[in-house]
Amino acid sequence: MPSFSRIFLGLFCLLVAILLLAPTLVVIPMSFNGNKSLAFPPVGFSWQWYENFFSNPDWTTSFSNSLIVALIVAVVATVIGTLAAFGVTRAAARTGGLLRALLITPMVVPGVVLAIGIYAVYLDTHLVGTVTGFVLAHTMLAIPFVLIAVQASLEVFDRRLETAASSLGAGRLTVFRTVTLPLILPGVLSGALFAFITSFDEIIVALFITSPYLKTLPVQIYSSITRDADPTVAAVGTLLFIATSLIIIAGLLLGMRRGRT
Amino acid sequence: MHAPQRSAGAAIEIRKASKRYGAFTALNDIDLHIRPGEFMTLLGPSGSGKTTTLNLIAGFTDISSGTLEIGGKSVTGLPSHKRNIGVVFQHYALFPHMTVGKNVAYPLALRGIKGDDREKRVKRALDMVKMADFAHRYPNELSGGQQQRVALARALVFDPPLLLMDEPLGALDKKLREWLQLEIKRIHRELGTTFVYVTHDQEEALVLSDRIAVFNGGRIEQIGTGRELYDSPATLFVGRFIGESTVLRGSAEVSGDETVMTIGEQKVVANRRLAGDARPVILLRPERVALKRPGADVVPGENRLTGTIAEAIYLGSGSKYEVRLADGTVAVVRSPLGAADFGIGDTVDIAFLPSDLILLPDDASADVTLT
Repeated sequence: MPSFSRIFLGLFCLLVAILLLAPTLVVIPMSFNGNKSLAFPPVGFSWQWYENFFSNPDWTTSFSNSLIVALIVAVVATVIGTLAAFGVTRAAARTGGLLRALLITPMVVPGVVLAIGIYAVYLDTHLVGTVTGFVLAHTMLAIPFVLIAVQASLEVFDRRLETAASSLGAGRLTVFRTVTLPLILPGVLSGALFAFITSFDEIIVALFITSPYLKTLPVQIYSSITRDADPTVAAVGTLLFIATSLIIIAGLLLGMRRGRT
Repeated sequence: MHAPQRSAGAAIEIRKASKRYGAFTALNDIDLHIRPGEFMTLLGPSGSGKTTTLNLIAGFTDISSGTLEIGGKSVTGLPSHKRNIGVVFQHYALFPHMTVGKNVAYPLALRGIKGDDREKRVKRALDMVKMADFAHRYPNELSGGQQQRVALARALVFDPPLLLMDEPLGALDKKLREWLQLEIKRIHRELGTTFVYVTHDQEEALVLSDRIAVFNGGRIEQIGTGRELYDSPATLFVGRFIGESTVLRGSAEVSGDETVMTIGEQKVVANRRLAGDARPVILLRPERVALKRPGADVVPGENRLTGTIAEAIYLGSGSKYEVRLADGTVAVVRSPLGAADFGIGDTVDIAFLPSDLILLPDDASADVTLT
């Protein structure tokens, strides 16, 4: 019976969705715990962990560090990744494929391996615990995401539009600014978003190159949870969960508006 | 005044131009002179070099050897955005993120034309193609024919002395194509701009052009008016590419100023001879041939070949027949309204005067390229 299989498939999807979401959702009640414990289910109710997050300089500084690093990474990786995507798309097919494979290695190589390599180099160059160090390492990790997102846009972009713009009197830079960029912008923006997130929640490399003077938020979460059972971690998790959900919903709504016109 | 300002068209002078891609020669030593204000069509099958020629003029590709002058000035090395040439593409190439009005204003904005002046010119160009009511629409809300009219307005709004069109009607259905052909012809007449038009459709070329350059295998076979190409083709390829035709082959003998060709058991006389010693073939136009009952209505001096009707098609304005001759050749004949009717299987004579046939040097490549 077709309707039976449909119901079955629907239930199965629901099950998968619960499985995927449950670990995230568990964090929300924990963040309102009345006691200083990460036990589940939580006991009592309080806002104190949220208050702690916004008042404790350990948390606020690491949060602003992460924000600064991630914003710089988003800009730098998007520029470099977009240029790389142009190169890969417009090079001869074989060269392009080879370059692409090379450029996405940071995505494939295990994070720990990369982290060790980066740490070794940073020790010599005194980049450990610096914003520059974080930005460099995270940019490298983020470029593949930008490359893939922008390349997908470029592949559906009609190059004849560039020829047309050129015939109408536009030089190469003007063609890029007025025709190419506006049309691949969705890809560039999603690349930038990926780059931001890649940097913002990166932990492995960050653990290696962090210092007591420069901690990012994931490092702070990790050290907090290994030192004591502080539910502030759950409060941070809940805030991040809400923030990312809002961004994604906004993105979806924007996409729907675009699709309608 | 509806149209953009009447401008003097630019002349184009191409001498000994070649274009090579590695070992492949796309364009082989062509000479082409286009007069100011002329409507010149580059006609030929795909891969014949017509689009390559257009791309050279537009500056989308570089010439490998030879010279190219537009308006008396060499444009070698000048990038396309500095040539001030309007181009219309087969796939419209409208910017999907701009409204119709923005698309048409684009070349004006690049030229620093602002405010009222810009708006007036956009309006005038859209009026010219009858699309003024669509200025606020996006290209994906328009039909193919409407998009191409907008593309035409965009290519003409900056008053270029030269407009290039690359199979602009190729993606449209027949009715729309015919209507737009007349629109393009009208706009050409109003503007005085030089138009260079690429197509593989010989009928379209005949409808539109002042002159036609017929391309084949990277060369120009002949340049002339439609009438010249149809009535006196220079090569068998041109004769077969323009209009319908029947090609007769046989053993030929020259006696004095006449050529006598034996086809099957029968002889055909042509009242001229070819220069040189190329093997001659005879090209017949369908409306220059009459269908007669065998042995009837003899006109002195006419040629007759016997065959049977293989296909009879009623066209309204007349009839079209295919006649299988004794040697297997299928001859195409168009009979005017009121001529005698024949049915499939009837034995008939095709009759034509020696002055009505076209005698050409044989060229085996003409057969290959057309199939």
